[in-house]
Amino acid sequence: MASRRVTRKWEVFAGRNRFWCDGRLMTAPHPGVFALTLALICGTCALHFAFDCPFLAARVSAAVPAAGAALCASTLAALLRTALSDPGIIPRAAPAEAAALGALEAADAGAAGRPPPRAREVLVRGRPVKLKYCFTCKMFRPPRASHCSLCDNCVDRFDHHCPWVGNCVGKRNYRYFYAFVVSLSFLAVFVFACAVAHLALLARGAGLAGALRASPASAVVAAVCFLSVWSVLGLAGFHTYLASTDQTTNEDIKGSFSTRRGVSNPNPYSRGHACANCWHVLCGPLAPSLIDRRGVVSADARDELPPRFAQVLCVPPGAPAAAAGAPASPAGPPAARCEAAASALGGSYSNLFEGGEAARHAYMNHSLDLDPVPLQEVCISVGAGGGGAGGGGGAVAGGGALSASRLRLLHDTTMIDAALDLDEPDPPSGPAHHAHNAHNAHHAHNAHQAHHALHHAHIAGHPPALALAL
Amino acid sequence: MANNRIPSGPNTPGSQQTPTQQGIKIFIQRDYSEGTAVKFQTRFPPELEDRIDRQTFEFTMERLNEHFEMAETADCSTYCEGCLACLTAYFIYICTETHYEKHLRKISKFIATQNERVYNPRGIHITDPILRGLRVIEITIIDVPNCQSPTGNSTTSQLRHT
Repeated sequence: MASRRVTRKWEVFAGRNRFWCDGRLMTAPHPGVFALTLALICGTCALHFAFDCPFLAARVSAAVPAAGAALCASTLAALLRTALSDPGIIPRAAPAEAAALGALEAADAGAAGRPPPRAREVLVRGRPVKLKYCFTCKMFRPPRASHCSLCDNCVDRFDHHCPWVGNCVGKRNYRYFYAFVVSLSFLAVFVFACAVAHLALLARGAGLAGALRASPASAVVAAVCFLSVWSVLGLAGFHTYLASTDQTTNEDIKGSFSTRRGVSNPNPYSRGHACANCWHVLCGPLAPSLIDRRGVVSADARDELPPRFAQVLCVPPGAPAAAAGAPASPAGPPAARCEAAASALGGSYSNLFEGGEAARHAYMNHSLDLDPVPLQEVCISVGAGGGGAGGGGGAVAGGGALSASRLRLLHDTTMIDAALDLDEPDPPSGPAHHAHNAHNAHHAHNAHQAHHALHHAHIAGHPPALALAL
Repeated sequence: MANNRIPSGPNTPGSQQTPTQQGIKIFIQRDYSEGTAVKFQTRFPPELEDRIDRQTFEFTMERLNEHFEMAETADCSTYCEGCLACLTAYFIYICTETHYEKHLRKISKFIATQNERVYNPRGIHITDPILRGLRVIEITIIDVPNCQSPTGNSTTSQLRHT
């Protein structure tokens, strides 16, 4: 009854996905090709059931239409499930979380006046993995997640954006996608075999020309199936391989786990055994949808807090002033606040750390209970990379540092994810590196600069790795 | 390959804080050291030091991680559920709650109880991580007047969450 009066979360969803049935179903922004896929499958099946099935049911067995119907139903169910469900979208960071991350980054960079690092490195089962910062989602992407530029979301265990199914394929719908590909390949083979059998049985009496004249629909079905069956079978085989090694298409294309220069780089997510991987990928626990499409939007973030908390937070009469200047919360004296973080990001985060520089350092050292040196190293090297780009093209402002906002602008205008990609391609070997330098001097293009700047940073950040490579 | 790598937990700062109008917020990050399964870092954020003792906080975090681990473990029944779903062309998911969702409800309940009994009386509120996309645990600290004393706790906490 009252359902139209509330605003649901899908209505204010930040990505470009389209939602249907009051948020119950979702697809990518342009599901046109998905409609084509659906029409192609339905059309071919309709021709099959209209022309081949009655003939074969009479001449061969009644099991033919039954098997065809079962295959067709499972294919369509899997297709619709893939296309209309959440692929595993990771919701964007709330402003408070993004600000906290920004403050931390600014604090890292602040002392040296350099842009903050764009990637963190973590160990996953002993293997180093880079977590890249996503400017759109304001967070460090979890391992295996990637940002889909078409849907404008980060998707967990991103496989690929599939226009044919009109959705991203990710953690939550990979199993449906796999079921779709496998059942479609069975369906295509089955329908093709039926059409050929129909034609062959007719041709026995009337010759091939007579058979084609008697049942042109079978010829059409056979042609469509013949053309599509190869790619579908290939895809099914490829995804069987991927599932058995617990890789994604994205990782396979990037060669994330391929052997590089003789150094093996095994997949840290694999469970070691092909069957175990398949089981886990296809039948393991289904992760919940994180975007809560049908949830009701609350006007105030304080609604999540218990009433008494909310009351306290509502109280301050000088709230507008507090918003503009000092925070309303309890903490050290304002004079003691960290001002050093101001430089790199225009000082917008300067009031986010309280208790002064000493407290912040104590805090940082406390929380990074291993040596903080590598983090600084990365930070410094990114700064150096920025300087290199500034020198190379002269287009980057001031002291040669690429500011965060500029990088974001580059990213937004060029839409080149690779421009900010620290992970791929590999750190080049010596000669290639020099070639890149020369290249850089000739190209004033922004995206190139950013790429090279970060590329340099990457090299500078890992002297031992480079030494190993050389 | 290189030895300047840093383990995930200690490298990525375990918690970040920001004081806003809504009180100080601390964010506990995910721990990816054992794969992409949901696990949060258990390190004690220093901001909580004068409000709660280390053991209590670590107990909460460990219990939370255990719950998530149970939700993500693939035992026989989960596989059967997956197979059944596959056989019914995934229509079973429309009518039943998945293994994971059952555990998420348990987690929400656990956090609500912990908040009510332990954290809220001390001016701390833990936000259910599902509301933050299972990426972070958001901890809000505010100065609630008259509730640092343990005696005042029982009545006020009974008023809430009823």
